[in-house]
Order: sequence, then C-alpha cells, then structure tokens
Amino acid sequence: MAKIINKKQIAPNIHQCEVEAPLIASKALPGQFLIAIPNEFSERTPMTISDWDTKKGTVTFIFLEIGASTEVMTKLKKGDEFYSFTGPLGKAYDVDKYGTVGLIAGCYGIGAIYPAAKAFKAKGNKVISYSEARSNFLLYWNDKLEEVSSEVRYATVDGSLGKKGHAYDLLEDDLKAGMKFDRIIAVGCSYLMYRVSQLTRPYNIKTIVSMNTVMIDGTGMCGACRLVVGNKTKFACVDGPHFDGHQVDWDIVLSRRKAYLEEEIISKERW
Amino acid sequence: MAKVSPKKTPMQEQPPKERIKNYDEVPFGYTNEEAVLEALRCLQCKNPVCIEGCPVEIDIKGFIDFIAKKKFQDGVILLKEKNILPAICGRVCPQEEQCEQKCIMGKKNEPVAIGRLERFLADWERNHGVIEIPEIPKPTGKKVAIVGAGPAGITVAADLARWGHKVDMFEALHQPGGVLVYGIPEFRLPKAIVFKEIDFLIKLGVNLYTDRVIGMIQSIDELLSEYDAVFLGTGAGLPWFLEVPGENLNGVYSANEYLTRANLMKAYLFPKYKTPIVRGKRVATVGGGNVAMDCARTALRLGAEKSILIYRRAKEQMPARDEEIHHAEEEGVIFQLLSNPAAFHGDKNNWVKEVECVRMKLGEPDDSGRRRPVPIDGANFRMPIDLAVIAIGNSPNPLVPSVTPGLKVEKWGNILTDLETGKTSIKGVFAGGDVATGAATVILAMGAGRIAARGIQEYLTTGKW
Ligand SMILES: Cc1cc2nc3c(=O)[nH]c(=O)nc-3n(C[C@H](O)[C@H](O)[C@H](O)COP(=O)(O)OP(=O)(O)OC[C@H]3O[C@@H](n4cnc5c(N)ncnc54)[C@H](O)[C@@H]3O)c2cc1C
Ligand SMILES: Cc1cc2nc3c(=O)[nH]c(=O)nc-3n(C[C@H](O)[C@H](O)[C@H](O)COP(=O)(O)OP(=O)(O)OC[C@H]3O[C@@H](n4cnc5c(N)ncnc54)[C@H](O)[C@@H]3O)c2cc1C
Ligand code: SF4
Ligand code: SF4
Ligand code: FES
Repeated sequence: MAKIINKKQIAPNIHQCEVEAPLIASKALPGQFLIAIPNEFSERTPMTISDWDTKKGTVTFIFLEIGASTEVMTKLKKGDEFYSFTGPLGKAYDVDKYGTVGLIAGCYGIGAIYPAAKAFKAKGNKVISYSEARSNFLLYWNDKLEEVSSEVRYATVDGSLGKKGHAYDLLEDDLKAGMKFDRIIAVGCSYLMYRVSQLTRPYNIKTIVSMNTVMIDGTGMCGACRLVVGNKTKFACVDGPHFDGHQVDWDIVLSRRKAYLEEEIISKERW
Repeated sequence: MAKVSPKKTPMQEQPPKERIKNYDEVPFGYTNEEAVLEALRCLQCKNPVCIEGCPVEIDIKGFIDFIAKKKFQDGVILLKEKNILPAICGRVCPQEEQCEQKCIMGKKNEPVAIGRLERFLADWERNHGVIEIPEIPKPTGKKVAIVGAGPAGITVAADLARWGHKVDMFEALHQPGGVLVYGIPEFRLPKAIVFKEIDFLIKLGVNLYTDRVIGMIQSIDELLSEYDAVFLGTGAGLPWFLEVPGENLNGVYSANEYLTRANLMKAYLFPKYKTPIVRGKRVATVGGGNVAMDCARTALRLGAEKSILIYRRAKEQMPARDEEIHHAEEEGVIFQLLSNPAAFHGDKNNWVKEVECVRMKLGEPDDSGRRRPVPIDGANFRMPIDLAVIAIGNSPNPLVPSVTPGLKVEKWGNILTDLETGKTSIKGVFAGGDVATGAATVILAMGAGRIAARGIQEYLTTGKW
C-alpha cells in the first residue's frame, strides 16, 4: 500500500508525488493534509493533499526537499512504498459562496491552493489565485491553476514573470488599486502568511492562513503543533490547520520555526 | 519446609550510574531459580484474596503454584487465559496497590512478588519460542471494529477473536500499542515485548490496520454500516498545559511530545533515526506521576546534567508508583517539591532559559483526600533551565466525539459508558479504557476492555441494547 505511482521533479527542489491510497482519495477535501513517513528511520512529515483521483484511487502532493526526511522522499522511486501514509487529517476549508476569493500561495502552497481554487470556483466564487516564486523557473502548475481560477496573478522576486517582488506585494498593489475581496486564503511559508494577514487587516477582509507548524502524530495527542489563536491555545493538526490570520499570535509562530535548526543540520550531514 | 523469607526475592537490576547512560531495561527479571524461590513464598491460601486485587481476575495462586513446581508452560497458559499482556502488566502494573496489596503474606511480611512472577512467566515463554495459540472456534459471522490499538483495544480484540468473531483493529499511528509504545520508555518496557504480544493478537486472527485515524478516514456511522459492533479505545491523549506565560517558548514540550519523540520516533537513536529532540543540559519536568518520572529519567539518558522534577505537593502525595520514584531518585533526579511554575522566561531567540516557581505549602485536604497545595505569597524563585517538559496530565482524545453526533461525553471529555457493559450512548458502540475513565492504568484499561468484550458478546448474541 501507499505505493508511488508517479513521481517527478517539477521545479528545482520541488517534487510532485502521486501515491496509491484509495481510501484517502475517497475522503480528501480541499485543505486537508496527510502524514507520510518515507522510511523506517525518517520523521512523520505533514503534506497537503494537492490533488486526488477517486477513480484511480490516488492522491498527489507537492514537496520541497528541506531536511533529512524530505531528502529520503526525494530518493524514493516509482513503485516504492511509503513506510507509513496517513490521512486525510485536519479540517477542510469552509467552502461557501463568498463572492471574490483571493488565494495567495508560495512554494508548496501553489499545489495546496489548487483543490481550493477548484472548489471555490465550483461554488460560484470569482477566484483570483496569486502564485509566487523567486524566479519564473521555480513556478509550477501554472496551467492547472489557470484552468480552475478566474485569474492567476504571478509574482517573482527577480521579475522574470509578473510582478517583481512577492505575492503579498502584488496583493498590496491590488488592494490599493481598489480590488475587492470577500475572503483571502494564504498558504506557504509562515512569513508570507503573516504578511498577507497584516495587509488585509485594515481592509477587514476575513483572511484564512494554513499553518504549517511542526507536527508529530497529527491526532491532537502531542501538542507539538500548538499555537495561540485569539489568546487560546489551539492544535494545528485537529483544530486547524486553517485559522483566522488576524487572530494568530505571529510572534510565537515566527520564533518557533528556528527550533530544530541545529539538530536538523546534524541529521542531514550524517545521512 | 525451608523457612520462608519475610522479604521478596530481590530482582537484579542495572546499577544507576550505568543505566542512565543507556536506554536498556533497568531490572533484569528473575532467573528460573529465583522465580521458584519466590513462588515458594506463596502460602497457596484456601481463600486467595490476591485475586480480588487484580482487575482482570488472574488465577494468581494457580500460576504461582505452577512456577513452584517448575511447570512454566502450564503457568503461562493459565496466566494467558485472563491476561493477554502478562509481560507488560508484570512490568508496569501498580502491583503494590492491587494484587500485592491484598496478598496475605503482606500483612506481616513483604507480599509475594506477584508482578515479578508474572513477568517471569511471560519472559520465559518469549525466550523459549513456543507461543501457544489457543484453539479458535469456527467463525460466528459477526464482525467487530476496534478503534485504537492500546491495552483496552487489544484486550477486546483478543477476547472477541477467541470467541470466533472477525475483528478489525484500526490504529491512528504507524505502530500499535498506544501508550505502551509511544509513551512508556524503552528502559521500563522494551518495545520488542509489546510487539511480540501484539503478534499473538495477529496470530489469533485479528486484522490490524495502522495509519487509520477513525473520525477522519471513516466515521463511526460508516463503521456501523460495515460492522456489527464498534469498540472505542482511543485513550487519553490530550495533553494538559499549565496555561502560564512563556509556555509556548521554544524548548517547552508536553510530556506526550517529549516521550513520543523519544520512544515512538526513537529520537534517542538520533541521528540514525531522524526525528530530533532537544537534549537539554538542565531539564525541568513538571508533575509527579508516572509520566513525569518517565520524562525526568528520559532526560538523564538523553544527556541532561541536571534533571529536576517540579511538583506542587510533597513527596508523599506524588501519584507515581513508589518503584518509579525510587528509581528516579537513585538515578539522580532532583526533586523540587512544593513548587509550582508561574512562568517560563526566554532568551532573545525565544528559547526557554528560566522557570519561575511559586513556593507552596500544604493546606486542608482536597477532594482527592490529599492536602491541597497553597501558594506562599511573594516566595517566587527562578531556576535556569534549557528544556521544560509539562507532565501534569492528559484528558481523553476529543477527536472521535467531536465528529460523532450522539456520542455523549462527560465533563472532562470522557466518553459516557455503562460500567457493566461498556455501552455508550450510541447503539452498537462500546468504549473503555482511558477514553472512558480519563488517564488511568494499563490493567484498568484491560479490565474495562474485558467488560466491554463481554458486553459486545452479549449484544452480538441477543441483539438487545
Ligand atoms: C499541515 C501542514 C501541511 C504541509 N504541507 C506541505 C506540503 O504540501 N509540501 C511541503 O513541501 N511541505 C509541507 N509542509 C511542511 C513539511 O511538513 C516540512 O517541510 C517537512 O516536514 C520537513 O521535513 P524534513 O524532515 O525534510 O525537514 P526537517 O529536517 O524536519 O526540517 C528542515 C528545516 O525546516 C524547518 N521546518 C521543519 N518543519 C517545518 C515546518 N512545518 N514549518 C516551517 N519550518 C519547518 C526546520 O526548522 C529546519 O530548519 C506542511 C506542514 C504542515 C504542518
Ligand atoms: C508516560 C506514561 C507512563 C505510564 N506508566 C504507566 C505505568 O507504569 N503503569 C500503568 O499501569 N499505567 C501507566 N500509564 C497509563 C497507561 O499507559 C494507560 O492508562 C493505558 O495505556 C490506557 O490504555 P488505552 O487502551 O485506554 O489507551 P492508549 O494506550 O492511550 O491507546 C489508545 C490508542 O488509540 C489510538 N487512537 C486515538 N484516537 C484514534 C482514532 N481516532 N482512530 C484510531 N486510533 C486512535 C491512539 O493512537 C492509541 O494508540 C502510563 C501512561 C503514560 C502516558
Ligand atoms: S495483572 Fe497486575 S494486578 Fe493482576 S496479577 Fe498481574 S500484576 Fe497483579
Ligand atoms: S494471597 Fe498471597 S500468599 Fe495467598 S495465594 Fe495469593 S499470592 Fe499466595
Ligand atoms: S501534531 Fe501532535 S497534537 Fe498536533
């Protein structure tokens, strides 16, 4: 089970992995994630379910090679099986008819917003997707995203496609120019989600962020994923991962990201 | 007859200074000779009251007699009739409050070392390779789903399988065993033992599905459409926090996170295993139960120079087993009693660097009968630390109830069950173990499993709710 059906590098350091998991495919909803362990020795790594095919019984996720465990994942080949593969986990997005929905994404978030765009569009929303990367060649799924969005807007740090800068810079321009949104969803690195939340606050646009805290079990048992939202402790794996970006205590989130740096460097060096 | 010793036959163990440098089990267990010697201390009472102290009603007198006669295989068979996890209970049961507390020998002398003897038999069987599989009756055609592969679920699964039902067991994590695997450390309960006992379950014909979070991948309703009954043994896996300032700093773990990293994910073998764990030099564990002892002792093995246990009452009131407290003290855990954390303070990178505690004194007894700790105003003090582990308790995992309308829970989130049958508020759904009682013990979870198994059997045969 959990056999790799297809796997390819879709941009430098970014991989797309399709896995046989019929049960998960039959249950997955936009915004949910899974936890994969590539081999016996690796970590439980949470990954957003970016696409699924109920007929084929497969789920697809996009991963960035970051540390020791995603490095093992990179080395897995078509036909290999995951040591463990659990999902779907977390709450799905609240998909409703809001009007205009802005989806802001960077790195793995581009894959993560694909099913969201599809679902929001199907509900009759105008969906504007923002996709960002350092450079043009690091973007992926442009066609897929364009297919399910009303419009896709690009930002690249080097200016090779779309706005020169970040997705939040582009969003800022658009907001200033008077574009109206009824809901914003941001997925990607914590800093991107933080910036988007800061931006939309004065406009009072409900902003949902998809938190990617450190996780272990994903069932609410360990508390590793805790964060503070609206002055209350929440567990990202079961209460989230989607929270109101205006309520999240970002100081804690941004400081926690560095927690394991030292050990992870050791772990990679010894691999 | 030789004179019976007033004391238990001692069990050899690793010396404290050595064992804190490894993760191996601390006590070695009895040799055949030691076991027989200890078994001979049993008076073979006409009215063996010891059995009343055992939540799963093991024929204690009977299995001890087999040991005394060196009929170890017969002893194993007898033991396993009532307890599918003897190697585990023999190690982690709070015997001093259960079977051994009732033992007649204990009135004047030390009681018979029932737990050690139970462990001996189970280890003997494992080391001799012949594991007897009881005969299984022909299939009844009934199917039961077990949710959670901890001691409660394992017990229900084993009983039902032995009665001929088809049993499918679903576990959220990638390994079965529940707290036995993710929580209780290797040096107290080697995981190989747990897996061996689970092998026995598989040999009984139980199908185990790991990586299945029920409530997410399948609802209880969906299970009910496929199975004749469902048992919920999802445990007490929701960690409590102190809710004091600074608890979200880097370097503050819940006990569950700390132990899961160390045990389930094998962070003590880092970097061979990739899951990282913070190896503090000065580690403060908050709490006074078995879980806290496990954390404080784990910290030493992960290289802490100082492992400090912060507890708000006095030592006499610690809920941990005496043996655990004793082992922790021997290993050098520092007990900072009558102290309660008021805040954690961090450095500029948001790493915890100090714990601030309030000094406490003992006041009037509270609901639990223990004297209530009362803060002494203005008596705060600080200690430098680089890791804190919060081990103050857990409540039932809310996931299944939160997505199962109609499943009634009590104040602390415990699933409401009928004590005689394990029935919940939903027809066909039973529950037991920590999820119904709140965090308790392995043997009580197994006892609850036994009761639920009978309840399920009754329901499957009569169809009556
Ligand atoms: C709900 C959720 C969904 C996610 N979806 C995806 C996805 O679709 N694709 C994807 O590539 N990644 C996703 N992530 C992040 C992914 O889980 C981590 O990148 C992965 O676990 C890293 O594993 P590793 O062992 O290779 O790296 P590690 O060795 O664990 O880490 C390497 C470095 O990354 C940092 N790091 C580790 N985990 C995180 C994290 N969660 N957030 C920020 N920094 C971190 C570490 O501090 C370290 O500096 C998601 C995370 C969550 C919680
Ligand atoms: C660190 C520690 C030390 C302890 N020491 C002792 C001791 O020395 N002696 C003693 O007697 N007791 C001890 N205990 C308590 C004892 O371990 C528990 O009381 C016992 O394990 C409870 O058994 P259970 O089957 O009810 O639940 P658990 O052992 O908690 O098992 C529940 C299982 O259900 C799974 N699960 C949860 N939700 C879902 C879901 N939605 N779908 C599928 N699976 C799910 C969990 O992953 C878990 O595997 C200790 C506990 C801890 C944490
Ligand atoms: S299971 Fe526990 S209580 Fe029962 S006899 Fe064994 S050690 Fe004693
Ligand atoms: S009460 Fe003690 S002495 Fe009597 S049968 Fe039980 S174990 Fe033996
Ligand atoms: S990942 Fe363990 S509680 Fe969320």
